[in-house]
Amino acid sequence: MCGTCGCSADALITLLPAPEPVPASAVHAGPQATGPGETSADHVHTHVTAGNHAHGPHEHVHDHSGAGHDFRHLVPDSPESGRTIRLQQKVLAKNDELAAASRQWLRDRGILAVNLMSSPGSGKTTLLARTISELAGNMSVSVIEGDQETVLDAARIQAAGGRAVQINTGTGCHLDAEMVARGLVGLDPPSGSVVVIENVGNLVCPALFDLGEAAKVVLACVTEGADKPLKYPHMFRQADLVLLNKIDLLPYVDFDVRQYCSDLRRVARDVMLLQLSATTGEGMQAWYDWLRQRVLPPPA
Amino acid sequence: MHELAITEGVVDAVLERLPGQRVTCVKLEIGALSGIVPDSVRFCFDLVTEGTSLEGAKLEIAQPPAVCHCRICVSDFEPVGPFAICPCGSADVTVLAGEELKITSVRVA
Repeated sequence: MCGTCGCSADALITLLPAPEPVPASAVHAGPQATGPGETSADHVHTHVTAGNHAHGPHEHVHDHSGAGHDFRHLVPDSPESGRTIRLQQKVLAKNDELAAASRQWLRDRGILAVNLMSSPGSGKTTLLARTISELAGNMSVSVIEGDQETVLDAARIQAAGGRAVQINTGTGCHLDAEMVARGLVGLDPPSGSVVVIENVGNLVCPALFDLGEAAKVVLACVTEGADKPLKYPHMFRQADLVLLNKIDLLPYVDFDVRQYCSDLRRVARDVMLLQLSATTGEGMQAWYDWLRQRVLPPPA
Repeated sequence: MHELAITEGVVDAVLERLPGQRVTCVKLEIGALSGIVPDSVRFCFDLVTEGTSLEGAKLEIAQPPAVCHCRICVSDFEPVGPFAICPCGSADVTVLAGEELKITSVRVA
């Protein structure tokens, strides 16, 4: 974690522009980094500052009229003791505030952001690579890739013709709002486009962190077993859409789709479920339609 | 292991609010539906506070139970485990309590 501003600065962000293959350039300088307006000479990173949220060397300026602001002011328990201090502060308040700023930043630019979460190996990158190549010319889709190590996924997106920024979380098991805000600045997505935030493959930790997305999509697959909604209810409860991938393999695996749907409804009653195969293309049209219905008009 | 990031969030928030003050106790509320394992937070707390003004501080965790409201039988109930399912069998419920994840208070020397 960055010692200056408390951000997770040990995450490395690498921008892979598409379609021309160019050398990857590192956006974030690592543990020593600071943000704009900060004075430390060797500290270079960028904060999304939309939404009345200014970031100085170590002062925070907030619009306290904003709904959902959860930083309360210090209230001593009693003037006599003056030793116990009530905070009543959400642990994730800082993350949530940054996410809200990113959400506003995206809305102002007419950009749809989707937080795509799954276990490792469910086919997130395959889904996105196919989506990018099949929607080429109709919809601009760029990707913020989260992985512990390597730029392999960003390279696959680039090969499919998409723009991608790779965030390597090191030992981190999820993306947080600070990493995504910096990724958005590096990616600089155009108005009217879609940004998919491909979270670290993990059905536990990413569920807790708001990234500023407009929708959460959970990608499941028939090879990982039908019991995932019951085993990871926190993840599925928050989903706006569940995609069930690899349905081309249903004849070869023991996966009861009806039981899956029923278990999914137990934890997320109203969630939409689409079945598809990112390998064969079956069912992909419904996913494209879901995206199209949510793409924002570019600002006037 | 998101509890490590959560615990870092707690310590950072306290340091930011009370810079330089010696903290002797931190009280948290971690609800039954928050997705956070209190024992993991306890495990991380000593590691994360080392070398800060919170080092050696006591950590007290209250665990408010989950309370849900069923829209079908119009009653409140405490769900069993992480599933928000009413005893009547309905999954048409709203979570009223149990998702808390906050720092309630700190004690300073």
